[in-house]
Amino acid sequence: MPKFPLRWLAVWSRNALAWRKSIKTALLGGLAEPLFNLFALGYGLGSFIGRVDGISYVAFLTAGMISVSAMNAATFEGLYLAYTRMAVANTWDGMMASPLNVSDVVMGELLWMATKSLISSSLILLVASSFGLIASWQVLWVLPVAFLSGLCFGSMALVVTSYAQGYDFFVYYISLGVTPMIMLGGVFFPTAALPDIVRQSSGCLPLYHVVELVRPLVAGRFDWPLLPHLLVPLAYALVSTLFAIWRFKRRLLR
Amino acid sequence: MSSLTPVIVQAENLTKHYGKQCVVNNISFQIIKGEFCGILGPNGAGKTTTLKMLVGNTPASAGMLSVLGFPIPQQARAMRSRIGVVPQSDNLDLDFTVKENLHVYGRYFGLKRAEVERRIAELLAFVALEEKTDSCIKQLSGGMKRRLSIARALINRPELLILDEPTTGLDPQIRQNIWQLLRQLQKDGLTIILTTHYMDEAERLCGRIILMDRGRILADSTPEELVRERIEPHVLEVFGTGVSAWKNANPLTGPIRCEQVGETCFYYGADLSELVQTLDGWPGLRYGYRPANLEDVFLKLTGRELRDA
Repeated sequence: MPKFPLRWLAVWSRNALAWRKSIKTALLGGLAEPLFNLFALGYGLGSFIGRVDGISYVAFLTAGMISVSAMNAATFEGLYLAYTRMAVANTWDGMMASPLNVSDVVMGELLWMATKSLISSSLILLVASSFGLIASWQVLWVLPVAFLSGLCFGSMALVVTSYAQGYDFFVYYISLGVTPMIMLGGVFFPTAALPDIVRQSSGCLPLYHVVELVRPLVAGRFDWPLLPHLLVPLAYALVSTLFAIWRFKRRLLR
Repeated sequence: MSSLTPVIVQAENLTKHYGKQCVVNNISFQIIKGEFCGILGPNGAGKTTTLKMLVGNTPASAGMLSVLGFPIPQQARAMRSRIGVVPQSDNLDLDFTVKENLHVYGRYFGLKRAEVERRIAELLAFVALEEKTDSCIKQLSGGMKRRLSIARALINRPELLILDEPTTGLDPQIRQNIWQLLRQLQKDGLTIILTTHYMDEAERLCGRIILMDRGRILADSTPEELVRERIEPHVLEVFGTGVSAWKNANPLTGPIRCEQVGETCFYYGADLSELVQTLDGWPGLRYGYRPANLEDVFLKLTGRELRDA
């Protein structure tokens, strides 16, 4: 019988193998999209904007893109792909006929989602460094933050998936959760431009804090006062993970 | 049954409610090592729920259950490391090759890579998929997928194999082939539990039949005993237009039971040869006179109405 970290890794490595099967398209998408975004928005739109908060717009945007892609990678995996494995391909049923149980499956999936966030953020860092936007090795601190965001947004997505009866359901979460976080979380412009009430609500959501962490790190500034920002995604991750496990136990062990 | 024979499954007063609905109602049974046990019943009989409880994927509402000596669901994880499960619909990983499917599954059991490698060679030989080792699942036929599902369930050298409707939707040749594999496994000492609603499958494979309906066990014995004790020895089926006229012209004498379903009459009794002779004058009717079988027992005990639930 597999011991505890191996149980999670068994699920993780199943997903990693599936990902490796389509690595070419995965890498192409992961590289091309940020490349065009940074080029068109960062340089194109940025030429009208000039400097934001003391840095070039493209540098400002890079940090936002890294945060958004960490969120999107885990969210997509936690909604569509996890739902497929749970309810369409019945992959989870196969796992639960082995010594794995619901929490092993959820934790393995979650580790994989965080890995996806890590991969996707690394690809953007790669693109950004090819543009000469990366100042120092300090930027590598972004990677653990991306991993944490993966746990946070992945577990939030799993909570949504635990209620889903079909793919259509995810539109609610994407339209009412993901999109507002991206638009109002300081990705494209500083939240200072927003009315107080909107800015404060955005501050309650995890993406804002991820962006606040990533931006100075991308600029090569590692500051201890940044650390409290870690607490918000961490708290979301903990609560959502426990809630998702409870929900899936109720749903799958009926 | 000797007290030394190990008990593989022990279920006592097992009950499962979903809200107010009682799906499994106070059933008790015991399965001993080496048995090939079929759980039969119409849709909604409680077969799949019973299996789900056996593997520890849903708690019983009441009763006691132990599998391989482990209390379930408390020690389901330890128990599951020693059983194999073949699900009703294949849930193989479609993106993976045959070999990768087995590798990944072996990892769920914490098996070492070298051990899995050896086991894969054995299993693919057993289910005759050696030539498909590196094929994608999408390229396999329905029968090959089913065989791979069986191989996958054997990766951990289980002591108990549970199959949920293993041959549903397969063509006759493939069913024969799957039966062959299952017989071989039993010969090698494996304890097997399967659910099915194919009576011929149960009659040919199972040394023991648990017949369920509406959450209860209606009968529990060997197929031969069921046919001998639960139904009249012979059956006459008469069908075709004019069957009612023939029926009215030949009122029953003696201990013969008749059931009419649409244009078909079923007669059950010890000797129906007199009735068969009356059919000579009715060229529009077709008939079959045969010994009773498990399907007749099944229909007698569970009734003829449709179960679409």
